[in-house]
Amino acid sequence: MKILQCKAKIVSSRRIQGDYYKIVLASPEIAAGALPGQFISVKIDGDYQPLLRRPFSIHRANKRELEILYAVVGEGTRLLSQKKPGKHLDVIGPLGNGFDYERPLDVARGRRSTPRRCSGQANDGRLILVAGGMGVAPLLFLAEQLVCRPSSVVRKNILVLLGAKNKKEVLCVKEFKKLGCEVKISTDNGSMGFKGKVTDLLKILLTTNDPSTWFDFAHHGSLGAGERPLDVTRGRRTTIYACGPRPMLRAISHISLKYNIPAQISLEEHMSCAIGACMGCVVGTLQGFKRVCKEGPVFAADEIIFW
Amino acid sequence: MSPRLNIKIGRLELKNPVMVASGTFGYGEEFKGLLDLKKLGAIVTKTITLNPRQGNPAPRTCETPAGMLNSIGLENPGLEKFITEKLPVLNKTGVPVIVSIASEGGREEFVELAAGLDRLKEVAAVELNISCPNIIHGNKARAKLIAQDAQATYETVKAVRKVTRKTLITKLSPNVTDISEIALAAERGGSDALSLINTLVGMSIDVKTRKPKIAVATGGLSGPAVRPIAVRMVWEVYKQVKIPIIGMGGIMDTASALEFILAGASAISVGTANFVNPKAAIEIIAGIKEYLIKNKISDIRRLIGSLKI
Ligand SMILES: Cc1cc2nc3c(=O)[nH]c(=O)nc-3n(C[C@H](O)[C@H](O)[C@H](O)COP(=O)(O)OP(=O)(O)OC[C@H]3O[C@@H](n4cnc5c(N)ncnc54)[C@H](O)[C@@H]3O)c2cc1C
Ligand SMILES: Cc1cc2nc3c(=O)[nH]c(=O)nc-3n(C[C@H](O)[C@H](O)[C@H](O)COP(=O)(O)O)c2cc1C
Ligand code: FES
Repeated sequence: MKILQCKAKIVSSRRIQGDYYKIVLASPEIAAGALPGQFISVKIDGDYQPLLRRPFSIHRANKRELEILYAVVGEGTRLLSQKKPGKHLDVIGPLGNGFDYERPLDVARGRRSTPRRCSGQANDGRLILVAGGMGVAPLLFLAEQLVCRPSSVVRKNILVLLGAKNKKEVLCVKEFKKLGCEVKISTDNGSMGFKGKVTDLLKILLTTNDPSTWFDFAHHGSLGAGERPLDVTRGRRTTIYACGPRPMLRAISHISLKYNIPAQISLEEHMSCAIGACMGCVVGTLQGFKRVCKEGPVFAADEIIFW
Repeated sequence: MSPRLNIKIGRLELKNPVMVASGTFGYGEEFKGLLDLKKLGAIVTKTITLNPRQGNPAPRTCETPAGMLNSIGLENPGLEKFITEKLPVLNKTGVPVIVSIASEGGREEFVELAAGLDRLKEVAAVELNISCPNIIHGNKARAKLIAQDAQATYETVKAVRKVTRKTLITKLSPNVTDISEIALAAERGGSDALSLINTLVGMSIDVKTRKPKIAVATGGLSGPAVRPIAVRMVWEVYKQVKIPIIGMGGIMDTASALEFILAGASAISVGTANFVNPKAAIEIIAGIKEYLIKNKISDIRRLIGSLKI
């Protein structure tokens, strides 16, 4: 896969809610090769402030355009939100290794295959997409790619859990539903959906015996009331895909281990070059430091050392 | 007629005076496809040590006003792996490879590294990184860098000089009171050229968390913010030494590269700018050429140190 630097024309730029914005860039060169979980780095202004590029996940891509979903959190994103359609942005991408959704189980076994978009055999396993806040950004692209597979059962097999601080920060519900995904929401303050952390919601879904939940596979085998399944994935292949803040990903990693469900997690780290040259963006793994921008941003949960 | 851009650093002939700085260009491979590597005057590798180094914990970098801090801690694969895995790839570019070396301990490691590289024809020159601020961190601040001590600089350069016929470049630290004194010591020790500047030790704090933005507290400042200091230091050193100077520190474009050449640098190195615009070095080569044509200067060497004062 080739990494390119291009001047991408801003097709549209708008606020969607609160501090959240979407920008669409015309960049056929980058868009055509982009895979879910990959990102781009953007030079927001020509001068020295802000100096460095900013990394953003690819939220959506078709053959010609890239869409970015972002939150205004500082100077760079504030300037980005003021950009007008018609102007150009200097973009490098597609960057990093994305989600592996071709043969998801291989990741857990450490055999990482290059994912191919919309191709290959249908996956009859269950896929759980877990987003914490802004972490939803790369997961929509993933869901879009997952549902365009040939098998019709696939749609029903995608559960999306969206976690946010409050209901104003819940993003992309409509988009996921339109794809046919089952969507469940959690908010820290309970203003929408489950009250609590999205990872707590995930735990409940994995262990509950309530047949009304989508997540019925916990019934496999014969469990007594209140009994916890030891291996909830028995009989069905399940994979968790998650993106969000570090503490959430740590919780995902624990869940993955405890319930023996392979998980792929997308990490963030401060980046200077975003192409693997500066060694600035490392994360501790069982095989030593790895670069989030190059070997990541998506890693198998069981390879990351959280501390 | 096209102006003459080639220059000589020690015994090393460069087709143009624009290189990429150590630690900002990896071992070249990451930039493949993002720029025409063949056009570069030289590539300076990420500093290597004798043994592999893990480097420092993250976060290792943060942005600062018109600059950035880094404390990578010299993560590198070590000499052996560098020679077998990185050097062949670098060599394919056809561009002179300047290998930056550092020691985790004493002078002996520099000697061993230089001796190990001396027999390799793929190595065009060796740069002694005696100025990395990131091996010693915050809490051990009283430990001194070699480049902060004229005598130690002299002895290190002299010891390395004995074991290598390669062009020897010494990279100086701006974290000193008088950089000329160190520059003279390196020249006396037998260095063929000087690289300056390495990064300035700095610190940045997140007031929300009350934590330093860099995991090991302090880091090296680079980028446009340091440029005036770097230009001043090149100018000071130029007035004192006879050996060529490779100037760097916040070079972002042609104009900033020219500042260094006017102040006395024979060549320049592009660092942080590679992160911002991978094509920066290539654009600077074209820009310098254009400047020479416009000003009817037939040879870059006539521009070196031509500051009007
Ligand atoms: C691989 C990857 C994908 C990302 N995808 C998205 C996305 O799709 N949508 C989105 O809103 N944000 C995303 N982020 C985070 C985004 O890069 C930061 O929010 C952005 O850089 C903030 O810039 P700023 O100037 O507004 O903020 P400031 O806080 O002023 O930035 C200061 C410096 O810190 C860095 N920084 C700040 N926050 C982060 C962060 N969370 N991660 C990495 N660096 C940071 C900035 O790049 C900059 O160098 C992603 C980060 C990474 C590493
Ligand atoms: C991320 C990063 C890593 C660096 N690593 C090294 C290194 O390994 N060895 C070295 O001699 N200099 C290293 N430097 C210093 C640069 O080579 C250069 O001297 C300095 O950054 C000033 O130039 P600039 O402002 O153009 O970046 C590093 C700089 C940065 C930003
Ligand atoms: S940001 Fe430079 S190596 Fe990842």
